[in-house]
Amino acid sequence: MTATLDPTTAATVHAAPPAETPLLDVAELRKRFPVSGTIGPLGRLRRRMKGGPVHLPHVHAVDDVSFTIGKGETVGLVGESGCGKSTLVRVLTRLLDPSGGIVRLGGRELSLTPAKRFAKDPDRGRIQMVFQDAGESINPRFTAFAAIADPLRRLRGLRGAALTARVERAADQCGLPRALLTRFPHQLSGGQRARVGIARAVAVEPDLLVLDEPTAALDVSVQVVILQLLERLKAELGMSYLFVSHDLGVVRLICDRVLVMYLGRIVEQGPARAVFANPLHPYTRALVDAAPSLHDRGAGRIRLQGEPRSPIDPDPNVCRFYGRCPKGTDRCRTEMPALRRFGVRDVACHFAEETAAR
Amino acid sequence: MTAVPALVVEDLAVEFRTRSGTVRALERVSFAVPKGETLAIVGESGSGKSVTAYAVMGILDPAGRITSGRAMLGGLDLLAASADQVAAVRGREIAMIFQNPRTALNPIRTVGQQIADVLIRHANVPRREAPGRAVELLRDVGITDPARRAKAYPFEMSGGMCQRVMIAIALAAKPSVLIADEPTTGLDVTTQAVIMDLIGDLARDIGMATIFITHDLALAAQRADRIVVMHAGHVVENATTAELFARPRHPYTAELIAATPDAAASLAALASIPGSLPDLRRLDLPPCRYAERCPRRLGDCDAALPAAPAIPEHVVACWNPLS
Repeated sequence: MTATLDPTTAATVHAAPPAETPLLDVAELRKRFPVSGTIGPLGRLRRRMKGGPVHLPHVHAVDDVSFTIGKGETVGLVGESGCGKSTLVRVLTRLLDPSGGIVRLGGRELSLTPAKRFAKDPDRGRIQMVFQDAGESINPRFTAFAAIADPLRRLRGLRGAALTARVERAADQCGLPRALLTRFPHQLSGGQRARVGIARAVAVEPDLLVLDEPTAALDVSVQVVILQLLERLKAELGMSYLFVSHDLGVVRLICDRVLVMYLGRIVEQGPARAVFANPLHPYTRALVDAAPSLHDRGAGRIRLQGEPRSPIDPDPNVCRFYGRCPKGTDRCRTEMPALRRFGVRDVACHFAEETAAR
Repeated sequence: MTAVPALVVEDLAVEFRTRSGTVRALERVSFAVPKGETLAIVGESGSGKSVTAYAVMGILDPAGRITSGRAMLGGLDLLAASADQVAAVRGREIAMIFQNPRTALNPIRTVGQQIADVLIRHANVPRREAPGRAVELLRDVGITDPARRAKAYPFEMSGGMCQRVMIAIALAAKPSVLIADEPTTGLDVTTQAVIMDLIGDLARDIGMATIFITHDLALAAQRADRIVVMHAGHVVENATTAELFARPRHPYTAELIAATPDAAASLAALASIPGSLPDLRRLDLPPCRYAERCPRRLGDCDAALPAAPAIPEHVVACWNPLS
């Protein structure tokens, strides 16, 4: 349908070669966490005394993830809880150190700077984050003013009148009445709190804004206003967005491109419209089918049964989706599908050609 | 359509006494659910959806007071019945699933024990058989390896599995009415679909009426036979799902639909709803609580709203509805 099939190009892992240097370039990023609880310190000691290996099992939270975000682009990141979205975001925002791979922001390699040191780095302000529920992510003892001023003070060294002026400008940009700046989070409505969360992130003028479900806690009527605000700010301030969400309806509205993640790996990526209109990966299909829509009672949907596979030391030869996938065959159990190019998008499924041809 | 109603709520009003004044949280709330059907109550936060459910279940906060109304479950008025009478039907005849299953379950008892408790208390299952029946119920709600899972504590299970346990508990005594308060908020869309399918299938099997409270209009569109739209403690519209989306008549319903993201819409085309909920402590609340936000306001809107019966085809609480 929309995908053009060309088997000769269907081999490489990387995204489209960008015309200009992308703002963010992520290559083969990995993050693993040791799970020590499974054998315990005594078990480790016993193994060591026997002379055996003391290899700890690891959770493969982010595994071989590569993508780019262009200047002024909005990229959506979707997937179930536990798929590694949050870990990926924490590595990108340099709150965590990656286990391997490269994170490049505007040409500068960030992954070599340890997370602790990056907190004081002059480039810290270039990546900012808007957290899920501003009611819970803003210090309850900070007024709206203090919450917005904090990053400006720490990252830009602003003080006194300059600080006040900058905070007020950020509030104006985000449609937060100045009279509310003296209030504490609990004295603000959900929409006003969301504006505070956005204002504190954009006040330092980042290049990349990472938004983690910014409207999940809001009612639909307020959600629309906040999404329109984000759209306007992006144009005014020339930012790029990484928009993390599991609400496909919202992702469809504001994202240019979308990354679909499953158990630590990207299974499909491409222009949001194409991906949602005609998903090529069975997991994307299931996600699209599961999202309720006003005009469809959802007959003939793919239903995912069961729980995802364990992310602890997964077999590198088995497709991560095997077991829940309606298409699963023996090949999926013996050969992990690589991310392959299909026209304007990438898909990691052995049956993508078949799906696209239908 | 003319099925016997399993639950009829009529003219329900609830107030909360607070230090800063009396909050008139619900007024003249009426609706009915026939056996085997699903009714969705939709509205934004603060619209009174959950208070309605709590009032019917008799679990309102002590500050809340039911000032009028009836809730007929079969022949029993839940609002006028004694505490003992309500306790006798709650869990047996009418059950509830809460938002956020992890906080609704007891963290220091295994899920098997918690299901067994309900079976002993509400389903007349002998003490010795209860653990075995609990495992069967876990299997019925689609938990793999139920015998092992019965020994797990809530923290050892995913959100979707905890919600399945909640469903097993709620349905243990095969109630005739189930109230599900935002049962899938916080779950993934894929899990949401499975949980909603599960509730639907089980409801069909035992002919149960389901009241399903949600802020997600799209989810209600997909799952409910009939939808009640609430705004600031009033029912503003009550119609079959097909009718409500084909011909919304209350201006608020139309605006809610226009604000909901959908496949066809673009961000620019989505409309926000101007204004906000009125302060329900105000003494001068207008008869129509939407009037101050309403684009279709007329002079008539200051008069008392048209009376709304409980079992209607299409109820609109508006003097100037869309046609």
